[in-house]
Amino acid sequence: MNDMRVLERDVDTDAIKIAARGVQVFYGDNHAIKDVDVDIQDKTVTAFIGPSGCGKSTFLRCLNRMNDTIDICRVEGNIHIDGEDIYDRRVDPVQLRAKVGMVFQKPNPFPKSIYDNVAYGPRIHGLAKNKAALDDIVESALRRAAIWDEVKDRLSAPGTGLSGGQQQRLCIARAVATEPEVLLMDEPCSALDPIATAQVEELIDELRQNYSVVIVTHSMQQAARVSQKTAFFHLGNLVEYGETGTIFTNPEDSRTESYITGRIG
Amino acid sequence: MALGLTGYVIVAVLLLTVTAFFMARGRANVSAGGDIRLLHSLPNYYGYNAAMFTAVPALGVFAIWMLAQPLMIENSVFKLIPEQMVSEGSSRGLVMSDVRRVAEGLDIAVERGALTAEEANSIRTEFRDVREILGDVGVALGSNVEAEVLYAAQEYRSRSASGTFGMTIVVLGLALIGAAASLFVTNADFRARNTVERGALVLLILAASLAILTTVGIVLSMLFETFNFFRMHPWTDFFFGGSWAPNFRGNSDLSILPLLWGTLYISIIALLVAVPIGLFAAIYLSEYAGPKVRSAAKPLLEILAGIPTIVYGLFALLTVGPALVSVFGRGEEGLLGVEWMSGATAVLTAGLVMGIMLIPFVSSLSDDIINAVPQAMRDGSFGLGATHSETIRQVVLPAALPGIVGAVLLAASRAIGETMIVVLGAGAIAKFSLNPLEAMTTITTRIVSQLTGDTDFASPETLVAFALGLTLFVLTLGLNVLALYIVRKYREQYE
Ligand SMILES: Nc1ncnc2c1ncn2[C@@H]1O[C@H](COP(=O)(O)OP(=O)(O)OP(=O)(O)O)[C@@H](O)[C@H]1O
Ligand SMILES: [Mg+2]
Repeated sequence: MNDMRVLERDVDTDAIKIAARGVQVFYGDNHAIKDVDVDIQDKTVTAFIGPSGCGKSTFLRCLNRMNDTIDICRVEGNIHIDGEDIYDRRVDPVQLRAKVGMVFQKPNPFPKSIYDNVAYGPRIHGLAKNKAALDDIVESALRRAAIWDEVKDRLSAPGTGLSGGQQQRLCIARAVATEPEVLLMDEPCSALDPIATAQVEELIDELRQNYSVVIVTHSMQQAARVSQKTAFFHLGNLVEYGETGTIFTNPEDSRTESYITGRIG
Repeated sequence: MALGLTGYVIVAVLLLTVTAFFMARGRANVSAGGDIRLLHSLPNYYGYNAAMFTAVPALGVFAIWMLAQPLMIENSVFKLIPEQMVSEGSSRGLVMSDVRRVAEGLDIAVERGALTAEEANSIRTEFRDVREILGDVGVALGSNVEAEVLYAAQEYRSRSASGTFGMTIVVLGLALIGAAASLFVTNADFRARNTVERGALVLLILAASLAILTTVGIVLSMLFETFNFFRMHPWTDFFFGGSWAPNFRGNSDLSILPLLWGTLYISIIALLVAVPIGLFAAIYLSEYAGPKVRSAAKPLLEILAGIPTIVYGLFALLTVGPALVSVFGRGEEGLLGVEWMSGATAVLTAGLVMGIMLIPFVSSLSDDIINAVPQAMRDGSFGLGATHSETIRQVVLPAALPGIVGAVLLAASRAIGETMIVVLGAGAIAKFSLNPLEAMTTITTRIVSQLTGDTDFASPETLVAFALGLTLFVLTLGLNVLALYIVRKYREQYE
């Protein structure tokens, strides 16, 4: 905990997008997240790493209140986005999720055409004035997700008919099309080949110009390549959080060191 | 004597089966020298194999024999009866039932000691009053026994006896051969496990084909009677005529069209009630209701599905019908002050009640289907900032659509085939009318009414029931095929 405070002083407070304080998550009796404090900066890629089951997805889902949809899940503590408490009763989780987009661990395209999958968010939020504008949004989202060339000839084919990796990129396009301010990505590349992975990483880098991106990954190399900040979770605790370079070359906590050198997994 | 010869045969086969099981198992053990790892299969499999070969062929032949023997004997005995006896205002069925009854009476008389077995085979009506003898042992006959009938009955008895005797020998022989053969092949290398596996497969196939064959049998018998009907009545009238006016003195108008109209009209009203309510209930229960409400409401809905349809019929006749009349009828005294509805039975009455009956059907099927839509799909929609109802409308329902369409078509075929509610609630007047407040009638009610009361199975007025039934069957079959087609087409598109 001490080193956390040291790190907090280093953070540029002006550009903090998400500030979490004392976050606890329970699934019934299972204490999945234990008293996590973290500041996520704007226009930055933050990577969450840690062994399987340590609560990375759970914490990520707190940031857009997706945990509300799980009956047994209880969240305590404060999470502020742009200074606003997102667990305040006046906050509409639906609006929040339009602002904080999400790409899930497993690709989950809707049983609709590729076009309709991408146009889903823009249609709901009325982002396009007419058909041509919608076409543009869809095309640029698909291009940014590095899947346009593969699907441009079959936009009306069902999204569920794509391969696993294509489905995941479709889901990324779908999330990008809504123009969120924060994009949460839960292992977005776990089903992708190296080429598509490189393209998605390029996209993440590009998104950083305007948004803040939080990415969960099991690949140390990926975390090192795409992120500026890294948070290491272990058994529901945030063990260490700091500059990616520092975490990977000079971790302060012995658990972090063991994990990145492959001794706990 | 409690079992009779056939009973003893079954017991003997079962005993043989059990014996064969243990003997084969023992033999397998011995052939492996007690080390079961040397056996190809576990010892029990050798037992099962022997039991299978002992019991299945023997019992199979037994079942077939029991079905075929009475038919064959009746056929041959019937030839003994002079033709004019049958034609004198009687039928084959009646004469043969006399013969059977006398034969049974003789059996009982021998058993009670009123006749010796010898006498039973040789008495003649000319010398003894058979009716009195049988009456004494409690078998009352409607008229004096005729010589031919008595003779036929005696033949019937002796042929049955020799048939049963032959059956005993064949069945026991098969069981013994099966047991012996399977014991003979039992040794350590015999692949008993594979044989038993194949045996199980054959049993399953038999069960499946039996189910299919019964269906085919039912359809064939309906086809046969329908064919008889069309020989007596023009098919053009049945399919294209305009009116339904059965007349037991002959010369009836028997067209299905007015009945079909009534059936479809009532079914459509029922679906208009059941589909929205059932679907909304399912959406509420699966998407919004908490676990408590759900666990209370689901069983309640299922109870609704368990109510016998005759009770719904009563409800239609005694509650819904009069309630509708008090709104749409009774002139000045009615709620609307109109005189549109005269009796409680009407298309609307039957349709409403049938709709209520179908609500749990639609809702519980749709509920299962909606629940089967993966949570990940909902998460995807929520994650893009969609509200709950947007998610349901644009993601959950489209994903569940094929299943829901299937549920609706199944509900439709139930509505079309439903009988008791329309018998009590719809009325008995066959006509084409668009007014839902009038009484109309359906295919099923007409089948009931054509077959109840005094029926003569040779008149078109009765046989039309089979043509109606077959049409109904084709209709529901078509609906089910359509449901399957839609579901498959949708699946192809989105899987
Ligand atoms: N829907 C749920 N209901 C109950 N418990 C849950 C649920 N989701 C997660 N958990 C529990 O919360 C803990 C953290 O799970 P989480 O999915 O956040 O792990 P993770 O770090 O994302 O793991 P992975 O790398 O395997 O995806 C686990 O112990 C898990 O069993
Ligand atoms: Mg996870």
